[in-house]
Amino acid sequence: MIRRYDSRIGRRRTWLHLWGTPVLSVMFGSILVPILPIVAQSPFMPPFGLMILIAWRVLRPEIWPLWIGFPLGLFDDVMSGQPIGSAPLIWTLILLALDIEGQRHFWRDYWHGWIIAALALAFAVIADWLIVHMAGQGGRINLVMPQLVLAIGLFPFVVRLCAVLDRWRLP
Amino acid sequence: MAPPSSRRPGYDRKAQYGLFATYVIAIIGAIVGLLLLIISIADPTGFNALRAAGNEITRPIAASLRALVVGIGNIDEEIAAYIKAGSQNAALRRQVDANRTKLIEADAIRQENIRLKSLLQLTEADSGTVSAGHLISSTASSAARVARLDIGSLRGVQAGMPVRAPEGLVGRVLRVGPNTADVLLLIDEGNVVPVRRISDNIPGISSGRGDGTVEIRALNTERNPFKPGDIVVTSGIGGIYRPNIPVAIVARLDGDRAIAIPLANPGRVELIVVQRPFRPDEAAPRKATPPDEAPADNGSAENASAP
Repeated sequence: MIRRYDSRIGRRRTWLHLWGTPVLSVMFGSILVPILPIVAQSPFMPPFGLMILIAWRVLRPEIWPLWIGFPLGLFDDVMSGQPIGSAPLIWTLILLALDIEGQRHFWRDYWHGWIIAALALAFAVIADWLIVHMAGQGGRINLVMPQLVLAIGLFPFVVRLCAVLDRWRLP
Repeated sequence: MAPPSSRRPGYDRKAQYGLFATYVIAIIGAIVGLLLLIISIADPTGFNALRAAGNEITRPIAASLRALVVGIGNIDEEIAAYIKAGSQNAALRRQVDANRTKLIEADAIRQENIRLKSLLQLTEADSGTVSAGHLISSTASSAARVARLDIGSLRGVQAGMPVRAPEGLVGRVLRVGPNTADVLLLIDEGNVVPVRRISDNIPGISSGRGDGTVEIRALNTERNPFKPGDIVVTSGIGGIYRPNIPVAIVARLDGDRAIAIPLANPGRVELIVVQRPFRPDEAAPRKATPPDEAPADNGSAENASAP
């Protein structure tokens, strides 16, 4: 019985494999939308980069240093076409908020993770809209609602995906 | 499940300082992000090099995927056309017969037009075409309606140039990289276009709504003169867009505004043409910067003073 798991525990992992996996997965989420050959009439794609970031945070609360929101957010802005600086600000604020929340509410489960992720995604989507609106572009706020619903609805799947990656990542 | 707690360092001084430092760095990161944001809202063309680098990375993948998807995306139309072939054939035949006479008339009018223009010494032979390319992707996750082009400054594209498709106006170039350019689409709120109704030259302005439609407002009448079915084209006022580029067809009325559907659907157009600004000196009379700065107020100010 134990032999069955021998190939899956105590494996040798490089530093890049261990810590590059979550970082690269978030960057892949950021790059996913601009490589899709769709000229969208309205903002309907969820912010995959942020969803993957929060999914890792929900799975492994210790995984992200608090400053990671800045470099990953900057990359996301360059790719997504948002005004530069919006994601570094919003992602860092979300990581700080999740950190404070983690100190207040010690016990966590599936629903708790989903609800805090939903709140974080709602904050991010609406703040993104507000920033674009202040830059004089975009449309009305109800246009980002499908994007928000999609982001919250797809979040558990993204967590599952990150969990699969996590099993592959760990020694 | 309870989380592990390295965020509770206990009595370890080193761990306490380390924890404090991460908070400080994170808050500095947020503040720097805010500053970058203020800069990029104040100057929408800023950080051009950074964005161009990002676009250059995604360009090859998006362009090759685009070639794949354009074929698939039109399958529904092809099937429908196959099913309706018989009746469509008859209808088209009648239409061709009807159009033939109109075409001959139009030809005569064109000849007359050339003659009259030469009498007035008005020559506008230059179509202003800079280059042709494709829309390869867009900012589908951002609220701004920006699409990416697969041509850039190496082919002569510059910020502020109008972009059109054979079907009609698509938008205006926002930022340029060596091989890519970002286009602010007609359907974005930031894109204001001076238009006129094709039938009787009533002037109006078109501005995007962000959801695939534009709204047309009349400039000089209290009552909304537009009706569903009206076609509006660019008027050439403001100096950016050449006159007589088809813009949109009015679909319904909403109070004093008319909601119109762009004639060139950016999701479907295959080939686009980048043009030179119509009259660049007219487009930026108040400042030395190119006409792409401050899109909303620039456009509306020009339009308000235009008629």
